[in-house]
Amino acid sequence: MNFFAEALQWLVDPANYVGLNAIPLRLAQHLGFTVVTLVIASAIAIPLGFLIGHTGRGRSVAVASAGAFRAIPTLGLLTLVALSIGIGLNAPYIALTVLAVPPILAGAYTGFEAIDRRTIDAARAVGMSEVQIVRQVEVPLGLPLLIGGLRSAALQVVATATLAAYVADFGLGRYLFAGLKTRDYAEMLGGSILVILMALALEGLFALTQRFVVPRGVLAGRPTDIRTRSSRPRPVMESAIEEGQKNVHSK
Amino acid sequence: MTWIWANLDLIWDRTLDHVVLSVPAIVLSFIIALPIGWLAHRYRASRGVILTVVGLLYAIPSLPLFIILPIIVGTSTRSPLNLVIALTLYGVALMVRVVADGLASVDLDVRQSASAVGFSTWTEFWQVELPLSGPVLLAGLRVVAVSTVSLATVGAVIGVQSLGSLFTDGFQRGIQAEIIAGIVATVVLALVFDALLVYAGRLLMPWTRSRAATTVTDNAAGSVSTAATPASENRSREIAR
Amino acid sequence: MIEFHSVTKRFPDGTVAVDDFSLVLPSHKTTVFVGTSGSGKTTLLRMINRMVDPTSGSIDIDGADIGTLDPVKLRRSIGYVMQNSGLLPHRKVVDNVATVPMLRGMSRKKARDEALQLLDTVGLDRSLAERYPSQLSGGQQQRVGVARGLAVNPNILLMDEPFGAVDPIVRAELQQELLRLQHELGKTVVFVTHDIDEAFLLGDQVVILRTGGKVAQVGSPGEILANPADDFVSTFVGAERGKRSLHLENHGAGDVLVDGDGRLAGVLVPGSKAGPLAGSGASAQGGDPR
Repeated sequence: MNFFAEALQWLVDPANYVGLNAIPLRLAQHLGFTVVTLVIASAIAIPLGFLIGHTGRGRSVAVASAGAFRAIPTLGLLTLVALSIGIGLNAPYIALTVLAVPPILAGAYTGFEAIDRRTIDAARAVGMSEVQIVRQVEVPLGLPLLIGGLRSAALQVVATATLAAYVADFGLGRYLFAGLKTRDYAEMLGGSILVILMALALEGLFALTQRFVVPRGVLAGRPTDIRTRSSRPRPVMESAIEEGQKNVHSK
Repeated sequence: MTWIWANLDLIWDRTLDHVVLSVPAIVLSFIIALPIGWLAHRYRASRGVILTVVGLLYAIPSLPLFIILPIIVGTSTRSPLNLVIALTLYGVALMVRVVADGLASVDLDVRQSASAVGFSTWTEFWQVELPLSGPVLLAGLRVVAVSTVSLATVGAVIGVQSLGSLFTDGFQRGIQAEIIAGIVATVVLALVFDALLVYAGRLLMPWTRSRAATTVTDNAAGSVSTAATPASENRSREIAR
Repeated sequence: MIEFHSVTKRFPDGTVAVDDFSLVLPSHKTTVFVGTSGSGKTTLLRMINRMVDPTSGSIDIDGADIGTLDPVKLRRSIGYVMQNSGLLPHRKVVDNVATVPMLRGMSRKKARDEALQLLDTVGLDRSLAERYPSQLSGGQQQRVGVARGLAVNPNILLMDEPFGAVDPIVRAELQQELLRLQHELGKTVVFVTHDIDEAFLLGDQVVILRTGGKVAQVGSPGEILANPADDFVSTFVGAERGKRSLHLENHGAGDVLVDGDGRLAGVLVPGSKAGPLAGSGASAQGGDPR
C-alpha cells in the first residue's frame, strides 16, 4: 500500500500544480476534450438516431454498424488516425468522435423504439403531425435511453482520451505514460486515480440525469418495478404445515 | 501490403497471444457472473448494491485499471495474468447485469408453475431459469466476447503482447499497414468468437432456433420451454388486442 | 353523415382487409362494426380519419371527399377513442384531455379548464386530473380516453373497441355511460367491437362483417335479429343456439320469457318503457338467472 501513499503525496504536491504539466490544466484538457467530443458526436448521432427511430428506416444498417464498431479496437483507430494525419490533437478528436457516435445513435433510436406503438398510433390518430409526434411524444419518452447512450459514450471517451496521450501530449493520460516510461509509480498511480475519479464522477452525473429525465408519469406506474419486488418469496414447495405456519407468521 | 505478407508469422503469433489473453477472461467472467447475477436477481437488498458496484467497476477506464491492479494483486504490470484479471473484471461487470436481467426475463407464470410442480430452488435454477434466460445470456456473452477482444489490445501500451502490439509497433515505426493488419485481425478474431458463441447457442438451445423445429424432448428444459410458449403467446396476444 | 363509396383496402402483403364496401352512416346515430378479427372492422374505422387510406373507392364526410383533406387537420376534427386508451404516459390526465385543443391553438389555460369540465361529463372526479394515466384503473383510463375524444367537440366520434380491455362489470358501466352521453350529445358515433351483445346494445345501425371485409348484414338490431340474412349471421348473433329465440311461458303467477335452452331470460313488462331496441338488446341484457 506504500505506492498509494506515494500517489496521494504526488496528488497534493504543490509542484504538480504549476506549469504546463499542472494537474488542473490536465484535468481541464481531459474534461474539455470529452465534452467537445460528445457535443460533436451528438450533433451527428442524435438527429440521425431520431430519424431512424421515427421512420424505422436504416435500422438494420445502424444495428450492424454499431456491432462492428464495438469490435474495432480504440487503440488501433487512434494510432492509425494519428499516423495518417500527423501527431496532434486532431487525431484523437476524429478517432473519439467516431467511437462516440454509435452508442449515442443507438440510444437515440432504441429510445424511440422502446415506446409503446399504441401510444404513437394514438398520438397520430388524435391529429398530431409527424413533427409534433417526435417532439411531444417520442423525444420525452425516449430521453432516458438517449441519456443512457450518452452515458456510455462519455465513459468510452474519457477512457480513450487517456489512451490518446499515447499519440498526443495531452490530458491526464500524460501522467500514466510518463510514469510508465520513467517507472515513476507515484505519478502513474496518481494520474490513474484522477482518471478514475473523473470517470466515476461523470458516471454519477449521468446516472442522476437519467433518473431526472424519466417522465414522471412513466415512473409512476412502471409495472417492471412491481415485478422485481414480487419475485417469488418462496420458491420451494414445503409441507402444508410449514406453509401454514409461514402464513401465520406473515400475518 | 508487402509488410503484411512479410510478417504473417508475427501476426499469427500476436493472434495466439491475443487468444490466450481473451479466452480465459471471457470464460471466467461468465462463470463468475452467474452466481453474482443470481444474487442480484434473487434478493432486492443485494440487487442495488451489486448492480451499483458492477456499474462503477465498468466505468473505470482500462488503462488506469491495468496500472493499479498489479499493485493491488501483486503481479507485475507487464504480466499477462494482470491483463487477464482486468479483462475478467470488465467481463464480470458487464455480465452480472445481463444475468440478473436474463433471469428476470423468465416468465413469472413459468417460474411459478415450475415451483408449483415441485422444482427445488437449485433444480429450478439449472433446469428452468438458466435455460430459459439462455438467449439473453448468450446476447450478453457475445457483447463480452467482442469487447474483451477489443479491450485486450490496450494491454500493448503497458507491455503485454497481443494484437495491440501491432498498433504500438506500427505507430512507433510509422508502418501503417501494420496497424491496419492489427485492426483487421482484431475484428476478425472478434467475429470468429461471436460466430462460435452463436453456434454454441444453437447447439445448447435448440428450442430457440424456430418454433416449428421444436420437438418434445425428455429433458426438462425442452419440455418446460414448449410449455412456456403458449403462455407468452397469450401475453403478447393480450397486448395486441 | 359519413359515406363509403365502393371502398377496397388491400395491404402491401396482399391481404384484402375491406372488399368493395359501400355504406351510409347517418348523422347523430351510432353505427357499430362488428365481426371477428380479420373482418376489417378496425380498418374501416381507421379509414374515416385517414389513419388508413383506401386502395380504391372514396369516403365522404358531409359531402366532402376526405381524400382531398389534410389528414392531420381531419384527425383533429374527429374524436378518437382506442382500446387501452392510448393516453400519453408522460402527461397528466388533464393535459392528455387538453392535448388536441392545444394542438388546434387553444391557450393552455382555457384548454385545461375545458378539460376539467369534460372530466365531469364522463363522470370522473376532478381530483384525478393531476394524476398520470398509469395511476388510474383501466376503467378510469378509458373514461379519460373518451373525454379526450370529446375534447374538440367533434361531430364524429370513432371508438375502436374502447371497452375491450376492461373487466365485464366495468365494461357494462362504461356502456351505460356511453348510452347516456350519446343521449345528451347526439354525436355521429362509429364503434368497433367483436362483441355482438355490445353491438346490439349500443348500435342504431349494426354492420356485421365477415372475414375479408365483406358485409354479412346491415340493419337495426331488431331487423337483424328478426331476419338474419344467412346462417353466418344467425350463428354470429346466437339465434341458432336458442339464446335469443325467446318464448312466453306461464308460471302461474305470471308470464316469463324463456330462451331456447329453457333458461329464464326475463319477464314481459307493459310497453311504456320499451325504446327502439325493445325485444333485442333489452331482452339480451335481461336478467339471466345465472
